[in-house]
Amino acid sequence: MASEALTGGFANAPHAAAIAFRGAMRAMAMPGVIEHIEGAAGPAPLSPAASALLLTLCDPETPIYLAGIHDTAAVRDWITFHTGAPLTDRARAMFALGTWDALAPHDAYAIGTSEYPDRAATLIVEMPALTAEGARLTGPGIEKEAALNLPDIPFCQANAALYPLGVDLFLTHGNAVAALPRSTKVR
Amino acid sequence: MYVAVKGGERAIDNAHALLAEKRRGDTAIAELSIAQIREQLSLAVNRVMAEGSLYDPDLAALAIKQAQGDLIEAIFLIRAYRTTLPRFGASEPMDTGKMACTRRVSATFKDAPGGQVLGPTFDYTHRLLDFKLMAEGDVAEAETGTPRREPTPHITEFLNAEGLIQQEAPSDETPGDLTREPLELPAARPLRLQSLTRGDEGFILGMAYSTQRGYARNHAFVGELRIGSVPVEMDIPELGFSIEIGEIEVSECETVNQFKGSKSEPPQFTRGYGLIFGQSERKAISMALVDRALRWKELGEDDMGAPAQDEEFVLYHADNIQATGFLEHIKLPHYVDFQAELELVRKMRAEAQTGLQEAAE
Amino acid sequence: MNSYNFAYLDEQTKRMIRRAILKGLAVPGYQVPFASREMPMPYGWGTGGVQVSAAIMTPADRFKVIDQGSDDTTNAVSIRRFFERTAGVEVTETTTEATVIQTRHRIPEMPLTSGQILVYQVPIPEPLRFLEPSEVETRKMHSLEEYGLMHVKLYEDISQHGAIATAYAYPVKVEGRYVMDPSPIPKFDNPKLESPAIQLFGAGREQRIYALPPHTRVVSLDFEDFPFEANKADAACELCAADTSYLDEVIMDDAGHRMFVCSDTDFCASRRAAGHAGIQEAAI
Repeated sequence: MASEALTGGFANAPHAAAIAFRGAMRAMAMPGVIEHIEGAAGPAPLSPAASALLLTLCDPETPIYLAGIHDTAAVRDWITFHTGAPLTDRARAMFALGTWDALAPHDAYAIGTSEYPDRAATLIVEMPALTAEGARLTGPGIEKEAALNLPDIPFCQANAALYPLGVDLFLTHGNAVAALPRSTKVR
Repeated sequence: MYVAVKGGERAIDNAHALLAEKRRGDTAIAELSIAQIREQLSLAVNRVMAEGSLYDPDLAALAIKQAQGDLIEAIFLIRAYRTTLPRFGASEPMDTGKMACTRRVSATFKDAPGGQVLGPTFDYTHRLLDFKLMAEGDVAEAETGTPRREPTPHITEFLNAEGLIQQEAPSDETPGDLTREPLELPAARPLRLQSLTRGDEGFILGMAYSTQRGYARNHAFVGELRIGSVPVEMDIPELGFSIEIGEIEVSECETVNQFKGSKSEPPQFTRGYGLIFGQSERKAISMALVDRALRWKELGEDDMGAPAQDEEFVLYHADNIQATGFLEHIKLPHYVDFQAELELVRKMRAEAQTGLQEAAE
Repeated sequence: MNSYNFAYLDEQTKRMIRRAILKGLAVPGYQVPFASREMPMPYGWGTGGVQVSAAIMTPADRFKVIDQGSDDTTNAVSIRRFFERTAGVEVTETTTEATVIQTRHRIPEMPLTSGQILVYQVPIPEPLRFLEPSEVETRKMHSLEEYGLMHVKLYEDISQHGAIATAYAYPVKVEGRYVMDPSPIPKFDNPKLESPAIQLFGAGREQRIYALPPHTRVVSLDFEDFPFEANKADAACELCAADTSYLDEVIMDDAGHRMFVCSDTDFCASRRAAGHAGIQEAAI
C-alpha cells in the first residue's frame, strides 16, 4: 500500500466528521444550497468535498462503486485504509463515486423498494463546476425555487418521477457540495 | 400565587445521593464484594450475562451490586456498557459437542454415550428453607469423579443417523445481528434465536408455557439438556489460523418434538433449540419450545393463531430493556398531551350538553 | 467522561445514523429503519432523540432541551447534562440562541429560523400502529399509500363524538405522500410543522428515523365538513398575558381553582422580561 493511502484523513475524526456531516445534511435538506466541507484530502482525482463525504458516511457496512477515472489503485487503497468500505459493482453499491458520464448507465443503481425506499444508492458526482444557476428546483427543502447546474436534467426529472423511489445525488467540486434528493422536482 | 417550578437539577442530584445511600443500606453491615456476588449469586450473574449479551461475570456482579439486586436494571447497565465496546471480530461457531459437561440429562433415552449427569441442580432438592444458611458456615465438600475427557455426542445425532429427526441444513452464511441492524420481518431463524436468548426469562417462560397448555402445542421432549464449558475460538487474520481465546459456560437444550409429517415432509421428529450463557436451564428449555413454535411456517404447519407462533409479537416484546423503558416512561410528564385531551373532552361535553338541551326544547 | 467519544456514540454508530438521516431527508415523512443502540438512559425516555442529536452535533453548537415546553423538567435537565458532559457543547434555554433543540411533546412558540434544527423524541413513530398493530401490515399500507383505515378512524370519531377525538400526535400527510406521526405534540402545534428549520424525528426503541426538510408541505388530516382546528385552552397566560401560546393548567388549591400558564417557559419568561404581565403579575 502506497504511503499516499495513509494520509489525507480527518485530523480529529469525531469533530471533523461532525462538521462535514452538518454541511452534507444541510445540502440534502435544502436542495440547491451549496455548502463547503473540508478536512479530508484523498488522492487525485478525488475532490476534497468527495473525500470528506466518504470519510463521513462510509465504513465496512457501505459497499462503494468507483467509476471511470476515480477507480484507481490510489483511490481504492485510500478508501480501504480510511473507511474499510468494500468495493462493489453499480447494482450493489450504497454509494457510487465518479463523474456523471463515468457513472453511466445511471439506471443501474438501487432505487429502493416500495416498502424500503431508503435502500437506494447515493451517487457522489464530481462536477467540473458547481453554481446556483441552471435547472430550476422546487420541492421539500426549498421555500420557493432554487437553481443549480445539474449534470443531466432529463435523468433528474425521470428520477423524481420515481418518487418515493429513486437515487439521491451529492454534487461535489473542490470543497463545495450540493445535493439533489429524489424529492426535488426539476425544470 | 404561582411561581414556575425551577430546580430540576438539584432534585436530580439529591435523588442520586439518596439512591447511593439506599444501595449501601446499614453501614454497620459489611459491604458486599463483587467476588461474593460473582461466587455466591452465580445464577443471578448468569441471567445478567445472558440478557445483557455480555459474558463477563465480574461486570455482571458489579451491575447487580450497583442495581441493588434489580436484575433488569443490572441487565440494562450491562447492555449500555456493551454498546460502547469496540468489536475486534467474531468467534468461530462454537462446537457444543466439545462441551465439558457438568450436567447432562436426556428425557428421551434412558442412557446414551456420555451418560446422564445430574450435576448441580435444584431438581431434587426439597424446597425447604435451610435455616442453617442463616448462620455462616462451611459447606461439606462434594464427592468428585474423574471428568470425562472425550467429547459427548449430542443425543439428537443418534436420531439423525436413522433419519428420524428433521435435519438442519448447515450454512456458512454470517447470521444477522439484532444489535447492529434494525429488526426486519420475517426474521431468519438465527435472528429469532438471538432475540430469544437475549429475551426476558419471564417472558420466554410464559410463551413456552402457553405452548404446553395448548396454544400451538408442539409435544416437546427434552432430547437433551447440557450445561458446561465450551472453548471459544477466533480466527486471527494476522496469524492465518484460529486460536482458543477462552472458555465460556453455556446451557444448551434440544427438544425433540412430535411431528406427523405434512404435505412436504415424511414423518419425522422435529426440534427446537435453546442456547444461553451460563447455567440457565429454565431459559434454555423455554427458548427451545418457543423456537419450535416459531418454526411453523418453514415446517409447513398451520397457523393456530397462538401468541407463541406470532414472530412479530414474540420478537417485539421479548426484550425487557425495551419493555421496561417504555412502560416506565409513562411516569414522565405528559402535561401537554393531557391538557390537549382535557380541552377536547370539555369541548365535546359542552357540545353534547347543548345538543341535549336543544333536543329537550 | 473522557473515555467516551465526542457526543458519546462511537463513529461507526454515528455514520449509520447519519446515513439514515440523509435518507429520511430525501424521502420526507418516510420512517427509515436504523440500528438504534442501547443508550445509557431508558428506552422511551428520548433515546431516539438523543441518538439523532449525538449524530448531528458539532462542537460549535448551542444546545437546548425541552420537555413539555419547559427547559427545567427533570428529563430535559438530564439530557442537557448528558450532552454538556459528553460533547462539551454550550447549552442554552433561549430558543432564539439555540442551534439544535431537542424536544419532547412541543414545538417552541418562537418561530424557528433557517439554520436551526429541531430534534423530536418519538415514542411510537407509526401513525397507523393503533389501528393495525402489525409492522408487516403497516409497512405494506405505507408502500401502497393505503390510508383508508386512518380516514375511517377519524370519521368514526366524528360520528361518535361529533369531533375528531385526537388531541395530540395528530396525523399529518407529508408532501402529499406519507402519513406521518408528528410525535405527541398537541395538535395546536401542527401548523408549526411547516417551518424554515430542519426537523428530525428519532424513535430509539422502535428503531426509526424520519425527517422534514425546511418548508416541506405538511397537512393535518381532516374532512371538508370537519376541517382541522388547532385549538388550545380559551384563556391567556396569567403570568405573561399571552393569548396565542399553548397553556398548561395548574391546580392552585384544595378547592380545585385553576390557572393557565404558558407551557413554553422560555417564551413566557422572555415576554415577562419585555414587560408583559398577566392577571397574576398585574395583581401584585
